[in-house]
Amino acid sequence: MTQKARAIVITGNGTNCEVEAAHACRLGGFDEAVIAHIADILTGGVRLDDFHFLNLTGGFLDGDDLGSAKAQANRLRYARIAGSEEHLLDQLIRFIADGKPILGVCNGFQMMAKMGLLPSLDGTYLNQEATLTFNDCGRFQDRWVYLKVNPDAPSIFTRGIEKGIYLPIRHGEGKFVAASPAVLEQIENRNLSVLKYTDAAYETSVMEFPLNPNGSQNAIAGICDATGLLMGLMPHPEAFVHRTNHPRWTREELPEDGDGLILFRNAAEYVKKNLC
Amino acid sequence: MAHRIEVALKDGIRDARGERVKREIEHFLHLPVDEVRTLDVYTVDAALSPEELAQVAAGPFSDPVIQAWSLNTPRAAGFDYAVEVGFRPGVTDNVGRTAKEAIEYLIGRPLASGEAVYTSVQYLVTGRFGLADMERIATGLLCNTLIQRYTILAAADFQARGGFPATAPKVQSESRPEVREIDLNVADDELMRISKDGVLALTLEEMKIIQAHFRDPQILAERRKVGLGDRPTDVELEALAQTWSEHCKHKIFAGTVLYEDEQGNRQEIKSLFKSFIQRTTKDVREKLGERDFCLSVFKDNAGVIRFNDDWSLVFKVETHNSPSALDPYGGALTGIVGVNRDPFGTGKGARLIFNTDVFCFADPFYDKPLPARLLHPRRIYEGVVEGVEHGGNKSGIPTVNGSLVFDERFAGKPLVFCGTAGIMPATINGEKSHEKEILPGDLIVMTGGRIGKDGIHGATFSSEELNENSPVSAVQIGDPITQKRMFDFLIRARDKGLYRFITDNGAGGLSSSIGEMSGECGGCRMDLAKAPLKYPGLNPWEILISEAQERMSLAVPPEHIDEFLGMARRFGVEATVLGEFTDTGMFHIMYGEQTVAFLPVAFMHEGLPPMILPAKWETRRHPEPQIAYGVDHTDDLKALLATLNVCSKESVVRRYDHEVQGGSIVKPFTGVADDGPSDAAVVRPILDSYEGVVVSHGICPRYSDIDTYHMTANAIDEGMRNYVAVGGSLDLVAGLDNFCWCDPVLSEKTPDGPYKMAQLVRSNQALYDLCLAYNLPLISGKDSMKNDFYDGTTKISIPPTLLFSVIGKIEDIRKAVTMDLKRPGDIVYLLGKTGDELGASEFLNLKGFVGNNVPVVDAAKAYHRYQAYHEAVLAGVVASCHDLSDGGLAVAAAESAFAGGYGMTIDLASVLWKGEMAARNDTALLFSESASRHLVTVHPENRDRFEAIMSGNCFASIGLVTAEPVLDIAGLAGNSAIRAGLAELKESWQKTLRDL
Repeated sequence: MTQKARAIVITGNGTNCEVEAAHACRLGGFDEAVIAHIADILTGGVRLDDFHFLNLTGGFLDGDDLGSAKAQANRLRYARIAGSEEHLLDQLIRFIADGKPILGVCNGFQMMAKMGLLPSLDGTYLNQEATLTFNDCGRFQDRWVYLKVNPDAPSIFTRGIEKGIYLPIRHGEGKFVAASPAVLEQIENRNLSVLKYTDAAYETSVMEFPLNPNGSQNAIAGICDATGLLMGLMPHPEAFVHRTNHPRWTREELPEDGDGLILFRNAAEYVKKNLC
Repeated sequence: MAHRIEVALKDGIRDARGERVKREIEHFLHLPVDEVRTLDVYTVDAALSPEELAQVAAGPFSDPVIQAWSLNTPRAAGFDYAVEVGFRPGVTDNVGRTAKEAIEYLIGRPLASGEAVYTSVQYLVTGRFGLADMERIATGLLCNTLIQRYTILAAADFQARGGFPATAPKVQSESRPEVREIDLNVADDELMRISKDGVLALTLEEMKIIQAHFRDPQILAERRKVGLGDRPTDVELEALAQTWSEHCKHKIFAGTVLYEDEQGNRQEIKSLFKSFIQRTTKDVREKLGERDFCLSVFKDNAGVIRFNDDWSLVFKVETHNSPSALDPYGGALTGIVGVNRDPFGTGKGARLIFNTDVFCFADPFYDKPLPARLLHPRRIYEGVVEGVEHGGNKSGIPTVNGSLVFDERFAGKPLVFCGTAGIMPATINGEKSHEKEILPGDLIVMTGGRIGKDGIHGATFSSEELNENSPVSAVQIGDPITQKRMFDFLIRARDKGLYRFITDNGAGGLSSSIGEMSGECGGCRMDLAKAPLKYPGLNPWEILISEAQERMSLAVPPEHIDEFLGMARRFGVEATVLGEFTDTGMFHIMYGEQTVAFLPVAFMHEGLPPMILPAKWETRRHPEPQIAYGVDHTDDLKALLATLNVCSKESVVRRYDHEVQGGSIVKPFTGVADDGPSDAAVVRPILDSYEGVVVSHGICPRYSDIDTYHMTANAIDEGMRNYVAVGGSLDLVAGLDNFCWCDPVLSEKTPDGPYKMAQLVRSNQALYDLCLAYNLPLISGKDSMKNDFYDGTTKISIPPTLLFSVIGKIEDIRKAVTMDLKRPGDIVYLLGKTGDELGASEFLNLKGFVGNNVPVVDAAKAYHRYQAYHEAVLAGVVASCHDLSDGGLAVAAAESAFAGGYGMTIDLASVLWKGEMAARNDTALLFSESASRHLVTVHPENRDRFEAIMSGNCFASIGLVTAEPVLDIAGLAGNSAIRAGLAELKESWQKTLRDL
C-alpha cells in the first residue's frame, strides 16, 4: 500500500517533550510526525482519525496541580470538539478500536493510567486500576535507569530487545501502585509488566533507590494492555535516540543509535505492516 | 456557599510530604514528634449541586487508587493538633486555578464571575509538646505568613467545632478605584516622607526634579487641556518612581564616578556602563571585524548572537534576590519564569532551550542567632531550590548548568541568578528576527495572566536594602503553566507574523513595558480600565505598576488584531487591547474617560541627571597566614572536598530536569558512575544537526576580600576555562555580566560607600581588560546594587560578586570532552603554571585566613593556550580535561580520578612554577588557585600529536593514570604529599549535602 505512516504528538497545557518525541518518530521510520496542539484538536482542526500512532509524551500537564496529569485526564474525558457533539474521548476510543498503537511516556503514562487506558484488564479502557504517585524519595529525580524487558509481554514496542535498555527517568511522581494485590497479580500473570527497574546486567529487578528511583511496586517501570498496542512507561525513550545522549558516551563504545529508538522503530514497523 | 472537599491518602499509602515535615520538625526545632500526616483541602466557592460536587471530588480532585475523599465532613482523626495552611486573599493559587478549570470541563459550563476554588493543606501532627510549640512549627516550617494564613486546632477543639469551617479567602474590595493628587509644593522633608511612605525609593534630588516639572507653566497648560490639575496624580508619581528606580534605570552604572586610586590619581568616569561595558563590546567587535557575530546587544531584553546562517542564539541572566529573601519559594520561582520571558521577548521572540542557575547562600547548617526578619539559610536553600525546580521543570526547559556558592554574608541577602537561552530563526517571514519596530497606530495588547495586587513595588523595594518594613505585596508567585500556554500561542503567532513588537512585563509592570515601548515610537494612549483584573478594587496606579506574572506586552498592527485575538481564544490565552501607540511624545494613560497620567516620554526616559558617586580605592592588607604545614596533605584534601563550596551538589542537581528537549550532550554529571562534576554544559538545540551550544560560568566572590579587580578577572577566566575545557570554540563565544553588589553609594547608612564604589570601578576595569584579551563581547547583563540587610543595628553586606556567564558554540558535539579519567596508562598533563597564589583560596578559608596573594590572570598567555587546546580537541587527542578552581590541583585531580574510577600518580616536582622559587612548596602546588589551568589526560598513542599542537605554551606532563583506584601525589622532597583511595575521597566529597 502507498499510504504514509503518520504519527501525532499531542502538546499544550504543559506537555514538554513534543519536539524530541516527533524527532524520534521520524528517526524510527514514520513518514510524518505532526506536533498538534490540543487547541487544534478541540477546535476540530486536527483529528486523531487521520493518524496511525499517538504519542502522549512527557511534561507537566496543567502543572500536575491535582496530581500528575489528573487535569488532562479529566479534560480528555469531558471536553467536546468545538461545534459538534463529539467528545475528544470518542476519537480516542475509536483510535484504540481501530487497532492503532499509543505510547504514553512519563506524564503521558500517568495520564493513561489515570484515564483507565492502562492496564485495562477488563478491556474497557475507562476503569482506573493503577496509578503513578510520589517517589518514595520524596523528590523529583533526573537519573538514568536500567530496564529489563519481559520477553513474554505482548507489547509491540519492545519486540526484539534482547535483555534490556538504559534510559533516563525525570519525574517526581513515578511510583507505580496497583489498585489491589489482585490487579498487580493479573498484571504480572498476563505479562503486562513490560519493563522493570533492574541492575546494570539487566538480570534482577530492584526495589532499592537509586536503581529503582521511585519505589514502584514490583519495580514496574512500564506496562501495556493485553493487545500490546497501548503501552506506558515512566522512562523517556525519546531522550536516548543517539549515542551522544548517553551519560557515558565519551568513555564507552556505543552503537550510533540510542536504546530508546527501538520503541519508535517497532511502532513504525507495526504501522507500515498493519495499518498503511 | 463554600464547600470543603478533603482528600486524604488511604491507609498504607506512604505520605512523603508528611514524612518530610516530620524530619524538618526534628531537625530544626528538635521537638518530639511521632507522626505527621497531610490532607489536601479544596474549598469550592461555587454554586454546584451535591451530585456535581461528589463527581468533582471523586474525579479530578482525587485518585481512587490511593486516596479517599469527603464532602463537608472532616476526615481527620487520631492526632494532637490539626493545622490548616492556605493562601492569603489575592495570592496566586495555581492548584486552585487548575481545579476550577477541571470543574468547568466536567460540568460543561464556566463558573460564574467571582466563583473560585481555593486550596489548602491540612497537617495532622502527633507529638509530645504544647500549643506554643505547635505555633512555632506552624510559623517556622509550615507557613510563610507573608503569603499564607494558618489555623491551629488542638484535637479537643477540632472535635468541639466539627473541624475547620469552609472559608473562601476572597479578596474583599472595600473601596472604589480612585486617583489621588499629590501636592509637591512642600518642604524637602515632606518630599522625602512622600517618597519613603509610598515605597517610591526616590531621592530628594529626584523628588525635586519632579517638583520642578510640575511647576513648568508650559507643562501645566498642556495638562489642563486633558483635564489634569497642577499636581501629579498618584499614577504619574508611581510611573516615574518605577521608571527611575535603581532596578530599572541602573542609576549607579549610569552615574558619574569621581574615582581616586591608591596613588591619589583622580579620574572622572561618566557612566561605568558606557565607559566599560558598552566599550568592551564595541572594541571587541572592532577587533573581530569580519568575524563579528553579535546581532543585538544591550538594546533588547536579552543579547543575540549568530549561531549559524539559519539560527540565532539569545541569552539573558537575571537576579531575583530581594523577593527570594522574603519568600524563597515564590521569589525563586518568579525568578526563573521571569527570566524565561526575557529571551522570549527578545527580537520577535525566541524558543527557549535551556536554563542556568547559580545560588549564593549562607551555610545551611548555620546554628547561631540571626537578626529578626531574616529567614534561616536552610529555609532559603530549600525554598529557592524548590522554586527553581518547579519553575524550570514545569516549563519544559532543561537546567543544564549552575552552581551553589556559600559565604556567611549571604545570610543578609541570598543571590539567586537565573539564566535562560533561546534560539530563533535568523529570519522570520523575510525579516531579521532580532529586530522589531512599533508604528504609530499599532495596538497595545497584553497577553497572559491577569493583574492583581501581587508584586506591587517590586522594582522600588529591591532598590533599597532589606529592612523590617519591606512590603509584603512585593512578593509574587509565578505560574509556569499559564506562561507555557502563552508561549505555545505566541510562538505560533510569531511565525504567522501577527505582531510587530513583543516585550516582557517584569519589574514595574505595564508602567515599564509600555513606557519603554512608547520610547520606540514616541508615545501611547492606554486605558487601564480595559486591563483584565484578578479581582475588582484595584486603583489605576496599582494596575499600572503591578508585577503580576506571566504577561507579555505586544504591538499588534490593526489589520492582524482579529486573527491574533481569535487565535489567543483558541489556545485558552487571555489577550486584551489596552490602547494604541502614538507619536505624540506623551505617555498618556486613561482610566475609562478620565486622563490619569500625562507625562512627556522624554521626561520619563531622559529627565534624570546622573548621580555623582565618590570612589576611593585603597589596598587592604590581611594578616599573612601562620600555618604549620605538615608533610602529608591527605586530610587537608579530604576536608577541602567536604567544604560547602567544593562538595558534590548532586542532591540538588538531580532535582532539575537537565535532559528535556532531547539535546543534552555533556550533562551536569559524568563519569563511570554518572557522578563526576562537569565543567560546562553542551546542548544540541537542533536535533538533526551536530552543531552545539556550550554554556558555562565563573564566580568567585571571596577574592573580593582582597581585590575586586582580580575577583572579576578570575571569574571571567573561570567561565572561559570551563567553556574551553569541554570543547567550546574561541571563534564564537560571548559573555554576560551580572553584578551583585552591596550598596556603594555614600550615605549615613553606608559610610564606606567610596570604597565599595571603588571596588565596582576596579571590577569594571578588569571586565574590560579580560574581555578584550579573550575576544569576548558582552552581549547582555544586569546589576543588582542593594544587597544589604540593615535593621538599624545590624548590617550585613554581601561580598561584591560578579557572575560571569559564557555562551558559545562547539562545531561538532561529537568532539566534546568530559572531565573523567578514561583509561589507565594515559598521560596526565597540567596546562598553565602554578604560583604562590593561595590568597582568598578555599584552602586558606578552611584554615581561617584570607591572605593577600590573590591569583593574577595572565590573559594573553591563557588565550594562546586555550586556542592550542581547542585545536587538540578538534584533532581528537584529548581524553579528558578538568578545570582547576576551588581547591586547586589536588581537588581537580581527586574529582577527575573518582569520576573516572581510575587512580593517578602525580609528581609535584614536574609542575611548572611561576614566581619566586623560594615560595615553591607542596602546599602551594596542591592548593593554590592560580588561574587558567587545566588538568588533561591523553592516550599514549596521541602523546606526540598533543605535544606538537601545544608546543609554545606552558604545559607539563606531571603523571600517569593508574588502574589502582588511588590518588598518589609525590611532594617536592620525594615524600608522599597525598595518598588516598578513591572511595574515601568520593565519600568526603559526597557526604556534606547528600541528605539535603
